[in-house]
Amino acid sequence: MKTVKSSFKFRGGVHPDYNKELARGKAIEKMPVPAELVVSMSQHLGAPAKCMVKPGDFVARGQVIGEKNGFISVCVRAPADGKVKAIEKRLGPAGGMADAVILDTTAKPDGEAATAAPILPPLDWRAASREELLKRVEDAGICGMGGAGFPTAVKLNPPPGKRCEYLILNGAECEPYLCADHQVMVERADRIRLGVDIMRKVLGQPAVRIAVEANKPDAVAALEKAFADIEGNVEIVVLPVMYPQGSEKHQIFATVGRVVPEPPALPIDVGCVVENVGTVAAIADAVELGEPLLSRVTTVSGDAVVEPKNILAPCGTKYADLVAFCGGEKVPPAKVISGGTMMGFAVSTLEIATTRTTSGLLLLSSKRVFQYASGACINCGRCLRACPMRLNPAFISKVVDANDVKAAEDAHVMDCIECGACSFGCPAYRTITQSCRRAKASIRARIAAEKAKAAAAAGK
Amino acid sequence: MKPKETAEHYILSSSPHTHSNASVRRIMLDVIVALLPTTAAGVYFFGMPAVWTIATCVATCIVTEALCRLAMKRESTIGDLSAVVTGLLLALNLPAGIPLWMAVAGSVFAIGICKQVFGGLGMNPFNPALAARAFMLISFTGPMTTWLKPFWWRTPEAMTTATPLASMKTLFAAETTASASPHGLCSAATGGLPAIWDMAVGNIPGCIGEVSAIAIAIGAAYLLWRKVITWHIPAAFLMTVFVYSLVAGGAPAMAQVLTGGVMIGACFMATDYVTSPITARGKLVFGFGCGLICMLIRQFGGYPEGCSFAILIMNSVCPLINRWTQPKPFGARK
Repeated sequence: MKTVKSSFKFRGGVHPDYNKELARGKAIEKMPVPAELVVSMSQHLGAPAKCMVKPGDFVARGQVIGEKNGFISVCVRAPADGKVKAIEKRLGPAGGMADAVILDTTAKPDGEAATAAPILPPLDWRAASREELLKRVEDAGICGMGGAGFPTAVKLNPPPGKRCEYLILNGAECEPYLCADHQVMVERADRIRLGVDIMRKVLGQPAVRIAVEANKPDAVAALEKAFADIEGNVEIVVLPVMYPQGSEKHQIFATVGRVVPEPPALPIDVGCVVENVGTVAAIADAVELGEPLLSRVTTVSGDAVVEPKNILAPCGTKYADLVAFCGGEKVPPAKVISGGTMMGFAVSTLEIATTRTTSGLLLLSSKRVFQYASGACINCGRCLRACPMRLNPAFISKVVDANDVKAAEDAHVMDCIECGACSFGCPAYRTITQSCRRAKASIRARIAAEKAKAAAAAGK
Repeated sequence: MKPKETAEHYILSSSPHTHSNASVRRIMLDVIVALLPTTAAGVYFFGMPAVWTIATCVATCIVTEALCRLAMKRESTIGDLSAVVTGLLLALNLPAGIPLWMAVAGSVFAIGICKQVFGGLGMNPFNPALAARAFMLISFTGPMTTWLKPFWWRTPEAMTTATPLASMKTLFAAETTASASPHGLCSAATGGLPAIWDMAVGNIPGCIGEVSAIAIAIGAAYLLWRKVITWHIPAAFLMTVFVYSLVAGGAPAMAQVLTGGVMIGACFMATDYVTSPITARGKLVFGFGCGLICMLIRQFGGYPEGCSFAILIMNSVCPLINRWTQPKPFGARK
């Protein structure tokens, strides 16, 4: 095991104000279970889980309340004991509506005491088979906790003919304000180590690269200690501080120098599996302790919150409860963001609840919120130089403004990772990322419509 | 686009939620700052006529911009300072002694015809200051080619003179008839050219802002440091001029670079964002084209100087260069 500096530098990237000092080094605090939980059936990428309970049911902590529904899907378990108050459509962090189980955690079933026993039987990972371990990851409801929420069991089981040569741990956490992964690496390095041992067994002993940005030396030190005696080709790769260092494609390039081709190619096509460090720790808990993914560490920060914290809270905790746990609002927030300032979602209400992918909640005062009027593009090229995908964002935004989506498609807008680097640096305050998003949505809609048409034609 | 406020009054908008604070105004301010050394040099060498020309052009550009926006019923864009930059650049590309009404006409043409008619900042196909200069050169050929001597007030008997470019043109001609004529890198003793040192500091006749190569270089260094411009266009432009003159002979290569509009053209005019390519490769092609056409005009053309026309011609092919030099996406298959 050794620690190396990244020897591959991708082109592009920006340096936003990180504002990490607000929550940096704050020990993870476990939050008491709030009186009401809003447990979404759609906490992951893919098909929402199928709801298995009805109003009035009592559920125990860890009980499956939403069943895996399809290949790209994961189950949802109750994060706490409680009574199902209602099942209704609730607004999610990203703006979509999804079925959610509303749990009253104060109600107790008559006479029955809550069980303290592990929910799943602990597994000896050395003795367990690969299939048993994969099944456990699936049963524990684990999905990528970095943001996208891709079902982890699917990722750990590459299709036939594809082999994982590198397991890459994403500990870059390049989003401003967020310190959740950082704190997990500092405090739970031994869990990450165990998770790596388990994942290596499942993936056939690939080499391991642990990617950490250079602004987290304490995390590197903790990982060095935890991984000191690991065997095989394992390196901690210290990445330069640069947004979007945490982007999967760019992380693969920065750690092993491989380039993932255009969609639909996946990291596994270049022999890589990338997992967020929090997910890896969750795998260790699921296998060794039989503890499913029921809670996660979320950074609550911003200048409008009294005391920024890194909170371990049940998935389904309402934002209002998180804010209350941080001492409430210092000043009325002007903007509330689920996630970081570069890629997070502005939300309209604190009634929204966390999911397995909620890495941060930011409350920003009006001082920290910029409002702007977009001007004409002056062709300065800052967006081209900032774009980590090496697109021509200036051109794309102009053609999208003119409703010429075809031209945007020809300019590879579908490769856009929506990192926001172009809009961030635009001196004309143009909504470039937003234009790319619009073009991508309309292209996806067109492709879906074409597919439906083709299917209908085939059915005739 | 005004973000929508909700019932709870949280501002909703699509990410990113933070900005680098870069602004068009800040960029224009940087360009103005970068132009100060050469402006000061121009005033030092040519005195009050330079001051009046600069003041007239800047003021006229601002007023024209304001009136155009008013007439078009659009919000005022004076605040972005681009009109100030256009006015300053135009003045720096005029001879100091030009009648002020001509400077006014040029400024109105620059902002009104070359910029606002196309929709304002970001929409103009040609560099407004250069297009206006070309318009003035054709319309007012006499005054536009009458050059005050540096420190003209010390020699009241002969205040005007020809620029070194005229002598350099003759040197090209001499070269074609008698190829044995001496040429080299810096041997400026030939053909009655001023010393290289005078060309570098600006002690030569010429436009207000083009004479002092050193002052221009200081400004360009500032723009590079502030990351307002990249090295591609100036480097390609200047290298092309230098190598061309080494190969073609005539005046010394350094003299070709230091005189006329090449320095200010390469550093300030050809690097205009709106009218130059956006990609790095495109910028290299653009700079090369500017240098080549400039030298072809200097050697074979009807005017002694070809810098502004070279840049204007390259402006016109800028969309084509952009199309040919699109970047290849990260991970693209083709």
